[in-house]
Amino acid sequence: MTSWTLENLRKGVCLGFVSMLLSGMFFSTATIAQVDTFQFDTAEQQQRFRTLSNELRCPMCQNSNLTGSTGGVAEDLRREVHRMIIEGMTDDQIIQFMFERYGDFILFRPRLTAATTLLWFGPLIFLLIGGLIGFGIWRRARKVSIKDIALDASQQQRLQQLLGNKP
Amino acid sequence: MNKLKFFIPVLVFVALGIILWRGLYLDPRTLPSMLIDKPMPGFELTAVDGAEVSNDDLPDQIFLLNVWGSYCLPCLIEHPTLMRLSEEGEIPVVGVNYRDRQDLAANWLEENGNPYAFSILDESGRFGIDLGVYGAPETYLVDSNGVIRFRHVRVLDETVWKQQFLPAIAELKNEGSQR
Repeated sequence: MTSWTLENLRKGVCLGFVSMLLSGMFFSTATIAQVDTFQFDTAEQQQRFRTLSNELRCPMCQNSNLTGSTGGVAEDLRREVHRMIIEGMTDDQIIQFMFERYGDFILFRPRLTAATTLLWFGPLIFLLIGGLIGFGIWRRARKVSIKDIALDASQQQRLQQLLGNKP
Repeated sequence: MNKLKFFIPVLVFVALGIILWRGLYLDPRTLPSMLIDKPMPGFELTAVDGAEVSNDDLPDQIFLLNVWGSYCLPCLIEHPTLMRLSEEGEIPVVGVNYRDRQDLAANWLEENGNPYAFSILDESGRFGIDLGVYGAPETYLVDSNGVIRFRHVRVLDETVWKQQFLPAIAELKNEGSQR
């Protein structure tokens, strides 16, 4: 029988922590397993698969990528990405395949077309407008010299009165 | 001119307000199909009843291509409309049984009735990817040349049929008679 000492208590707590950590590790591998069940020939292929699954958007469960989605169509598309990588298609070819079927929507990094110009350059345009306005304000503020806003003798007197200072 | 300057923020606010107000009523779940005005993707597959089917088996007239599955509850809601359309001979309906199982699909058709000329069996969802399908139900309008002309996502009930499909079909027929 083990004695109820501080030393044993400490051992028990440590063991508990270790088992919690271990089970945590198993749980976390279980959640990413839906992406990692695919077999690849090289680590580079696997890396490409990860990047593509992260940059392709799930058409059904919107606002998540293929990696993070459990939707049926995302599962099918992951399988297709895997197949195309194994068959030796380039990233551009795979993205083209997806684009032909699901359009710009599926790309988290939309292509530069007439329809997406505003999307790509809109922020820049707004930055320019804001910059111009800011520059205008700064320039006008610089024109005002200290002489223009300096108080003359009567104004100076009134100020002192308002401040309650006896002249 | 100087007075007008004070109204610029108001004008910007109104313009933004209108744009965002419209945005409230846009449906982000209805994605435009990439296959509009493109020929229907080629297929050589099995039908739910076990027959071999390919593009040659498609009707030589305007028809509906309806994506369905036995697991799909909205499909049950649009089912009476599809039954009526096919029974009254208004338009042929071809099915795509999407991400389902053959036995479940066959049971479903037996239980609820079969509005389809045939249903392409797409257990893996691979044909659905070629169509740009992202979930059942979806319905495509295909013209007599086998070109996809219109897509509706989600339930096709009588209202959708009258408001969206009938005008689209009328346009196709009108176009055909002008040729």
